[in-house]
Amino acid sequence: MAPPTSPPAEPTTTAAATGPTPSRRVNDDAAGLGTRRAAAFVAPALVLIAVFLVFPAVWTLYLGVTDYRLTGIAASDPKFVGTGNYTSVLGDEEFHSSLWLTLQFVVGSAVIGQTVLGFSVAWVMRDRSGPVRRLVEAVILLAWILPGSVIAFLWIALLDRDSGTLNALLGTPGTAWLLDHPMACIIVFNIWRGTAFSMMLYSAALGNVPPSHLETARLAGASTLQTLRDVVLPRIRGHILTSLLLVSLWTFNDFTPFLITAGGPDGKSEIMSVYVYRTALGDGRLGFGAAISLVMILINLVIALLYLRALRERRERDGGDGRGGRGGGGRRDGRERDGRGRRGHGRRGGRGKRRKGVAV
Amino acid sequence: MAVITLSGLTKVYPGGVRALDALDLEIADGEFFALLGPSGCGKTTLLRTVAGLETATAGSVRIGETDVTRLPPGRRDVGMVFQDYALFPHMSVTDNIAYPLRIKKAAKNERHAAAADVAAELGLDGLLARRPSELSGGQQQRVALARAMVARPQVFLLDEPLSNLDARLRLEARTFLKKLQRELGVTTVFVTHDQAEALAMADRIAVMEAGRIRQIGTPAEVFRRPANLFVAAFIGSTPMNLVDARVRGEQVEAAGVLLPLPEEARGLVTDGQAVVYGVRPDYLDYSPSPVDGSFSGRVAVVENLGSSSLVTLDVEGVLIHALVGEGSEPEPDEHGWAVPRAGRALLYSDGDLVNGNDVTVAA
Amino acid sequence: MSVREVLRRIGLATFVSLVLGFFSLPLLWLAFTPFDSDPRISASLPDFTLHNFQVLMDNPYALASLRNSIILAAGAAALVVTCAALAAYALSRVRIPGRDVLLYVLLLLSSIITGTAAMVPIFLLAFNLNLIDSHLGVILVLTGGLLPAAIFVLKDFTDATPTSYEEAARVFGATPLQTLRHVVVPVIRPGLATVMVWTVAQVWGDFLMPFLLLRDPDKAPASVIMYTFYTEGGQPDLALISTFSLLYSLPVVGMYLFVSRRYGFRFHGGIKR
Repeated sequence: MAPPTSPPAEPTTTAAATGPTPSRRVNDDAAGLGTRRAAAFVAPALVLIAVFLVFPAVWTLYLGVTDYRLTGIAASDPKFVGTGNYTSVLGDEEFHSSLWLTLQFVVGSAVIGQTVLGFSVAWVMRDRSGPVRRLVEAVILLAWILPGSVIAFLWIALLDRDSGTLNALLGTPGTAWLLDHPMACIIVFNIWRGTAFSMMLYSAALGNVPPSHLETARLAGASTLQTLRDVVLPRIRGHILTSLLLVSLWTFNDFTPFLITAGGPDGKSEIMSVYVYRTALGDGRLGFGAAISLVMILINLVIALLYLRALRERRERDGGDGRGGRGGGGRRDGRERDGRGRRGHGRRGGRGKRRKGVAV
Repeated sequence: MAVITLSGLTKVYPGGVRALDALDLEIADGEFFALLGPSGCGKTTLLRTVAGLETATAGSVRIGETDVTRLPPGRRDVGMVFQDYALFPHMSVTDNIAYPLRIKKAAKNERHAAAADVAAELGLDGLLARRPSELSGGQQQRVALARAMVARPQVFLLDEPLSNLDARLRLEARTFLKKLQRELGVTTVFVTHDQAEALAMADRIAVMEAGRIRQIGTPAEVFRRPANLFVAAFIGSTPMNLVDARVRGEQVEAAGVLLPLPEEARGLVTDGQAVVYGVRPDYLDYSPSPVDGSFSGRVAVVENLGSSSLVTLDVEGVLIHALVGEGSEPEPDEHGWAVPRAGRALLYSDGDLVNGNDVTVAA
Repeated sequence: MSVREVLRRIGLATFVSLVLGFFSLPLLWLAFTPFDSDPRISASLPDFTLHNFQVLMDNPYALASLRNSIILAAGAAALVVTCAALAAYALSRVRIPGRDVLLYVLLLLSSIITGTAAMVPIFLLAFNLNLIDSHLGVILVLTGGLLPAAIFVLKDFTDATPTSYEEAARVFGATPLQTLRHVVVPVIRPGLATVMVWTVAQVWGDFLMPFLLLRDPDKAPASVIMYTFYTEGGQPDLALISTFSLLYSLPVVGMYLFVSRRYGFRFHGGIKR
């Protein structure tokens, strides 16, 4: 039997009537909701977001130009001080030192620490299964999912000067890790805390490197480093970039170090999140704190925009290089990104960003 | 049971695409009617507009005596089977089938009894407690049919009812559907892009292209006498031979040979007029020896189709296909002749069939 | 086996052991101390007892704070799931003008306006709305922050659901609300569950917002009470802290196990901040 379908044969005869329509368009309103009801559905969420997310951000702009204080005269009748707060924030010694500490914190713990450790674990575990892999993944994930205030105490106990487990292990009784090396402590702490995300992301990414490529490298006699450089890195470059930006964003906004060192001693571990808390709510200088808030939001904005851009470029490249054409190849890539995105949510907003860089 | 009448039906999408362009169509009571066309021709839009899932931009839809153009889908008294069946994954077969009755607020035992009846009618007994994911494709299709039937609607609408089945099952389902429709006698419209499916099942077929109906007719009419080149090229498992030709008095010159002018075109064409000569491979008789008024050329390819073979003749650079019965297949590179069967050759002028009597051709 | 191969294996084993050691070391204390008759700050194999849990029961704040955590988590989860589901569904199914821009802006906002960066205005907002010291205040603020991401997750789920389900319901006469109840909600239930578990996990572990907005220790959730247990003056009561930590952590671990069993590895991260 001939194939059941006969596509319109000789196009010459039908050339005049070129079929114009893209066949099935997305239905505009499958459920028959109607625009009005749809708007009513969206409204509650939008109101909550507007009041408790957008409004605070906009208000920051206003607060930053007042001398708003928690108590006293300025609490009831804040005065307009123009750009005074901003100039004093930008000229503030403590701000500079906090910015520098934050940079160390983000670069040290997230960009270097979590990324390197997460990738290494993912690489070592890539073709392993069984109890060892499950155990390693379980402890790393446990560090990620336990509540912050519990984790913080576990680290305080670990690093305790008099009878901490670390001193007992190292035979260094009396070393006050948290007082002598506060920054190092919170950096190591944050590596411990956040490696899970990088590990999961990179193991998903490595799963996407075709085994045939790795085998080709092995047949060619490439060393591990050469394999990584020539085969693996080019395939997962996009993952690395997006994960770097995400963990940077999260680490920059992380408040957990406050629970361990509270910024001390003497502000030696006072990263930005702790600094803004102390000035605004500790010292009650709300206007000044709002000015810092705005700086933080702007830094977040820069990272987020870079992230969105990276995603979009990756998407375009993925779409353009023909890999996507090989039925399902591109699709699977998208899936994979899905999975990772979902993990991302973990920390607030991690996810959404993957979504099609939404018609920017 | 009802007649479906469409008049001036137009659907324009927000982007300005005219999916339906002032369609007029009447589907008779109890008819099994196919909407056939390539993807994007508007056939699915037409079906969905009848169902009420799309709103017509202009024109009207009547089902029986009622103008349903502005009625929501639920009040049109239609049953529909979706291309992907749309069986609710979280409901059992019974609950799926009984769903239309649940909406109509029938009592639980009543609707379960009705569902069981319909299920038995379609050979689904024993599967009632299952979830759709536990059924085969054919069973899923029958559940979807049962759900469409259970409320005894006036009209059935089937969107590509066979396309989700594998090839073997498709034939079986085709026979099943046709038999079922005959027994129920309910006006049924189905959409398909597969001309063989339309020819096999439908009482009448509307062939659509670019939002318009290019021909309406019985399968025999549409197959034997396509009203225009579009339909001619679209219908048929082996595409029709369509050859640029010129009228030469009482004959037609096509691919360098002189063929007799088809009877019905006599007097309607003038000497020297440019036409297209069309004849299906099924209606070309192959001969290994010279015959007058035939395509003659070298056998280029022979394709075995099972009980017959498709022979491709190279006639002065024009490829002519002919179906040859078992046992008389030529060898490649032989010389052969293909004779158009009397009364089966067609002439097209400006894309339309040249004929005297009025075959049903829609605007 | 070549020398190189042996070295490589030793290297790998060392690396894996170090990683295991690094990550499990701080956790040992949590595993052992709650059951140790003489709870100390250093981790050691316990001299088994359940007495420490008696200490926990006797503490006036411990159980109350867990109750508060449940209130916050349940309230936020209900609000987030409901609002996000409605919004995501409408955004997925109806072409509302400006939808793409809206989504893009939400996306951006959700990632840049974090609790940390916006703590000053959020505090002032709650203060002016009289929401200080109110569970509702914390719930609303957290919901506002979690909604955008929740909408995205759910919109993905809805986008992946064929519209023919709803069309079928419509053809058989269901009203939009019936369609929603009979078809849409059951079909996207895994998505709703995902978002609910995620929200609960987020709120359960959150420290900053309740710390900022709740002054009355009777209203504080477990995260804040835990912090006060070890920062507020005097010798920390290790029996209390250890058992409380364990009790407070168990639900998250339980949810994690539940989710990863049910939805597989893919979802692992979704549960945590």
